[in-house]
This record gives sequence, structure tokens and C-alpha cells, in this order.
Amino acid sequence: MSSEHNEAHAAHGEHEGMTKKKIIQVFLILLGITVVEFIIALALVPKNIVPLHLANPIYIILTLLKAFYIVAFFMHLKFEKVGLMLSIIVPILFIIGLILVLTNESHYWVELLRPVKS
Amino acid sequence: MSAQVSPIDEVKTTPWSGGSSPFKVEYGKMMMWFFLLSDAFTFSSLLIAYGALRFSSDAWPAPDLVFQSVPGMTDSGAPLVFVGLMTFILILSSVTMVLAVEAGHRMARKEVLWWMVATIIGGFTFLGCQALEWTHLHHEGFWWGSIPHMEELKHLFKEGPEASYTVYAQQFANLFFTITGFHGFHVFSGVVINIIITVNVLAGTYEKRGSYLMVEKVGLYWHFVDLVWVFVFTFFYLV
Repeated sequence: MSSEHNEAHAAHGEHEGMTKKKIIQVFLILLGITVVEFIIALALVPKNIVPLHLANPIYIILTLLKAFYIVAFFMHLKFEKVGLMLSIIVPILFIIGLILVLTNESHYWVELLRPVKS
Repeated sequence: MSAQVSPIDEVKTTPWSGGSSPFKVEYGKMMMWFFLLSDAFTFSSLLIAYGALRFSSDAWPAPDLVFQSVPGMTDSGAPLVFVGLMTFILILSSVTMVLAVEAGHRMARKEVLWWMVATIIGGFTFLGCQALEWTHLHHEGFWWGSIPHMEELKHLFKEGPEASYTVYAQQFANLFFTITGFHGFHVFSGVVINIIITVNVLAGTYEKRGSYLMVEKVGLYWHFVDLVWVFVFTFFYLV
């Protein structure tokens, strides 16, 4: 009896997370973030209000924020079981590893190329 | 031969002993997730290679100088406007896709159909825009293995020694066409899959099956394509 109730609830719960209102809300957030990125790229950086070395980390943070909203709400991962969530998110650590390795490597390439240029 | 449940069967009702799915998702949907994870690895390898090459260079074509045309309107002076439009179209088609999934939960066949059609139109529009973008760059002289003349290249860089312009312009061209091409290929396959699903919705396949889970699965793929574009957009056009 109770397990039957649970299953019915789970089948319902799956779309409880995303109503039309919520979809529009997430869409507006994504649009808003993109607009902010454009304002930074087209107005703030050329006028030197935001220096370039500061703009790039801001872009990356905003991009990750967008990625979060797409994966969590549009792809529904936020409403899945914790096990599935972890099996998707934990392997992403490998990507972070690759980023660290190649950033380090490209520092070395700079060193490597320097004598050739001068 | 009693109707009583034997203890060994009772054990099997807990999630981790095979009684029910621990992830509570259907097999196909879970596999779609794992496929997307592997695809995420492919795309990040490409983007990280791009990042590493760009990071180690001492000159790179400035995005707001390279991408400043709006096809059919102006050839220069409108930096990032066209790609902004493309981003908007792709996000919008992602929204129509979620709306299709949401309608599917309510078993509203007509609504699913129209939102799917809207998604397909969005996908084709994006592909068309990308074709225009590619054509524009190709006319300027960029392609795999070819770059514009030095005189033109000078207008595309903001800093760095002129001696290294050709090398890094070429790296930029190869990476740009490879990565946006690979993404465009994903968009194209997404549109094809969306069309197949739409035909099935039209034929009432999912109505008979009693669930629109297939729409949800292609929805996952479509959102992933949007997700990748968000990263491509940032790393090619903004940074």
C-alpha cells in the first residue's frame, strides 16, 4: 500500500518541478545572464570600466551559472535521485583535471616558444 | 504451494536488491545521460585544447574585430550582434523543448506537436545562421588551412608581435571551424531526431504507449546541444 503510494508520488513528482511559470522564469534568467555578458563585452570593457583580466573570469562564472540552470532545470537533473545526480556530476571532475593539466602545460609552451621568437 | 510470499522475494523489494530501480529513471533515459556525459568529455577536450593553444600564444584574433558582420545588413561595425541573435534562438528553442516535455507529462498531444515543431524551426534557424557565419568567414579568407592576407590580418588583431599573426590566425581558423562544425553537426542530428519524434507524435505512437518519455529523452539531447553552445559562445566570442 505504502510503496504503491510512493511510486504514484514519484511519477507525479517528476513534473512537479517544472511548471510553465518555472520554465519562463528560468528562460528569463538565462536571457538576463546573456544580456549582462553582452553589456560587459560591448560597453564596460571598451570603456575600461571593467579591465579585461577581470572580465574573463566573470564570463566564465556567468557561463557556469547558465550551465547550472540548463542542467538543473531544463534537463531536470535537480529533481532526479541523488545517485543519478552524482553519477553525472562526479565524472566532470576529470574535465577539471584536464583543465588544470593543460593550463600548466601551456605555461610550459610559452617558455618553450620564447627563445624562438626573440 | 502456498500463496504466501517467501522471505527471499520480500528481500527483493528494496531498491538495492533489484526490487526497483535505484535511480528511478527508465533505462533509455539513463543511457542518454551517460551518452551526454561522454559527449561532454569530447567537447571539453576540444575546448580545453583551444584554451591551451590560445593561452600559450602571444597574439590572437580579437573576437569583436573578427565577428562584426550581420549578414544581409552590414559587413562591419556590429560586433557580436549576430552571434547574440544565434544564442537567443538556441536558448529559445531549448525553452520550446521543455514546454513540449511539460505538455507530454499532461498527455496533451497537440501541444507537444506544436512545441516540437517550434523547436525544429528554432534548430533550422540556428543552422542557417551558422551557415551564414561560416560563409562570411570563408569569404574573408578563413578556412581549415587558409587565412586572409597579412594586410587584412592586421585589422583583426589588437596586440602582439606581427610576426606571429599568421601562425595564430591559422590556429584560430582551424579550431573555430572544427569546434563550431562539430557543434553544428550535433545541432543537425538533433533536428533530425526531433523530426523523427515529431512524426511519431503525429502518428500517435506515444499516445498509444501511454507516455511521452521519448520526447523527454530527445529533450535531454537538445538541451545538451544548447549547453555546449553556451560554452562555445563564451570561449570563442567573449573571452
